[in-house]
Amino acid sequence: MAVLAATTLSACGDSGKPVLNWYVNPDGVATFEKYAKACSTGDYDISVQLLPSSATDQRTQLARRLAAKDSSTDLMNLDPVFVAEFANAGWLEPVEGDLADSISASVEGDGDYLSGAADTVTWNDKVYAIPLWANTQVLWYRKSLAQAAGLDMTQPVTWKQVIDAASSQGGTVGVQANKYEAYVVWINALIQGAGGDIVSDTEAGRDAKVDVDSEAGRDAATIIQQLADSKAAQPDLSVSNEGTSLGQMFPASGPGEFMVNWTFVYKNYEGLIGQAGGPTKEQFADLGWARYPATVEGEASKPPVGGIDIGVGAYTKHGDWAMEAARCITSEKAQVDLALNDGLMPSTNAAYDQVAASGKFPKDLIELFRTSVDEGGPRPKSAFYAMISGAIQAKWHSPTSVDPGSTPEDSAKYLKDVLEGKSLL
Amino acid sequence: MTTVTAPATGGHRRADKPEVSDRARAETRLGQRLVAPAVILMLIVTAFPMLRAIYLSTFDYALTAPDDRNFIGVRNYVTALTDPLFWQTTGVTVLYMVITVAIELVIGFIFAMVMHRVIFARGVIRTSILVPYGIITVVSGFAWQFAFSYQNGFINGWLPFVGDDFNWFGQTGSGIVAIMVSEIWKTTPFMSLLLLAGLAQVSEDMIEAAKVDGATWTQRLTKVILPNMRAAIMVAVLFRALDAYRIFDNIFVMTAGAVKTESISFLTYRQTIEQFQLGMGSALSVLLFLSVLLVAFLIVKLFRVDLAQARQES
Repeated sequence: MAVLAATTLSACGDSGKPVLNWYVNPDGVATFEKYAKACSTGDYDISVQLLPSSATDQRTQLARRLAAKDSSTDLMNLDPVFVAEFANAGWLEPVEGDLADSISASVEGDGDYLSGAADTVTWNDKVYAIPLWANTQVLWYRKSLAQAAGLDMTQPVTWKQVIDAASSQGGTVGVQANKYEAYVVWINALIQGAGGDIVSDTEAGRDAKVDVDSEAGRDAATIIQQLADSKAAQPDLSVSNEGTSLGQMFPASGPGEFMVNWTFVYKNYEGLIGQAGGPTKEQFADLGWARYPATVEGEASKPPVGGIDIGVGAYTKHGDWAMEAARCITSEKAQVDLALNDGLMPSTNAAYDQVAASGKFPKDLIELFRTSVDEGGPRPKSAFYAMISGAIQAKWHSPTSVDPGSTPEDSAKYLKDVLEGKSLL
Repeated sequence: MTTVTAPATGGHRRADKPEVSDRARAETRLGQRLVAPAVILMLIVTAFPMLRAIYLSTFDYALTAPDDRNFIGVRNYVTALTDPLFWQTTGVTVLYMVITVAIELVIGFIFAMVMHRVIFARGVIRTSILVPYGIITVVSGFAWQFAFSYQNGFINGWLPFVGDDFNWFGQTGSGIVAIMVSEIWKTTPFMSLLLLAGLAQVSEDMIEAAKVDGATWTQRLTKVILPNMRAAIMVAVLFRALDAYRIFDNIFVMTAGAVKTESISFLTYRQTIEQFQLGMGSALSVLLFLSVLLVAFLIVKLFRVDLAQARQES
């Protein structure tokens, strides 16, 4: 009884004002708290609620609430790959009016938002969330390592060149290939870089077309196999994640690495300068960045796009206020704050301009981030994305077992069976 | 109650349907009324979810695509039963059950003997044996995960035949061993508690008599103590086997089902909670329920045969 009373009470603030619950992923929480306060008005207060740290657990928790038509889930931070799934289930309030028009226009490269970010929130020609920050991966590397290998980093480089350059100098290549979502990010980027897709026609739901068994799929498998067989592979390749390869950039001995990783890397190393295990000032100056490597020579790479979108729950009792709050939370000022304080890059051009002008990041790095998001490739937008991702992980893991002759074909067959409900995942 | 009604139904009309007196009928009605609330509550909390699961299992139903819900009859069951993944996880689950229960039975019996025979510091020894059982399974899972971790665990350092950088959770065999160790550590006390109850029932007189007849310690154990404990052993094994078949927490914490350490409960969890496939998830939970019934049936059968033989012997 006491618990029940407590939860009922907590729905109202001290002053009896309604409280909007904002479910956030645990990155940049201090900034979220700040904007929860700043965006609270005379009508309502915004209260920040923490979600678990893994994307899968975040999705499960939000989905459980929304499937039960929870009216206290007002605002939520959504990983882009969940937007389609949630929108399709009718769990998200559509965004309407000028903001929706602006986001829709941005998809075609004709609005305030970066195209890659705007694309993540549209489903069936409607807008279901507002992009807050847009994340992308670039190729981080040691300039000295690239130079020693004679690799010209001013030109687009291919995966093969990067792997060869690293192994010729005793360096390594850092990727994310544990059996988890980021491995699918890598596979998807490789396949899209070769002009293919894992699946297409995803709006058909379970009847989506499975395209992974293609020339592009085989190109992607070839690169994974090349890395796995090469001396440049890191010893923990099959369990590698965003954190495991960070330490290989400035090792105690050896020339360092090439690493594909998200935007947080720059601020991460900058904050570690001079600390135990961190780079020295000279080493930090040796950190280079370039566009995500190409799968096929001469074809532009498709850098992965991630980030966070703000959605409004379909069952909230305060839909209008929640939408107003969502706009406030995703304002240009909030985006710039997140970028400068937490290294989480904005989703609008205007905010990018301000971040570039702030001098807190090298200008060329900011431009690289912006182009990467703008020209990046999203992961498949499907109501069944969790299945697609799971089926790909099941057949492409471990990276050491990937074979261009069989993996794309096996995974296509398995994915088809899983989507049709003929196979367990 | 039977003693009260016996004179009324009296001996002379035994062949016919026994005549029920008004009083007996009233008592029956009262009894029914008294148990009714409990029965209704039971139906709500157990029968309804079970029937609901059976109903849902006949649909192709994903929580994220509620409009695409289709009735598909037994197709979920056909899919599950023809899928290699289902049989692989069932195999792993049976492995967990058989090995953990067997080891727990042996260690649990030794602990029960210690608890039964110990003459000094009885309370302390009994309590310390029971401590692991008081620990939450998830906590035990984390504790053993840290112990087995190659980065900060101590197991690799203690075992001479294992390298310091051996990752226990990197492959199926060692992952299963780690999960079993945690499971055994946590539930052996429960087993020993049940066995201790059985041990206490074995009459000291019989053991004394066997001693006088010149039976060795092994003979007393196998000919006197164990046969007289059969019922207790059966209860202990039955309870633990059914529990072990539904193993979930340790797998969730230690490997999250990776490297094929997944049990049938975990597979069901993933279909229902992670993928929101309510239809398939329900079908799998019905199958899980049926297999637990089967395990219970097999164990009861197995031990009943033994008990009968024991009776003929004596």
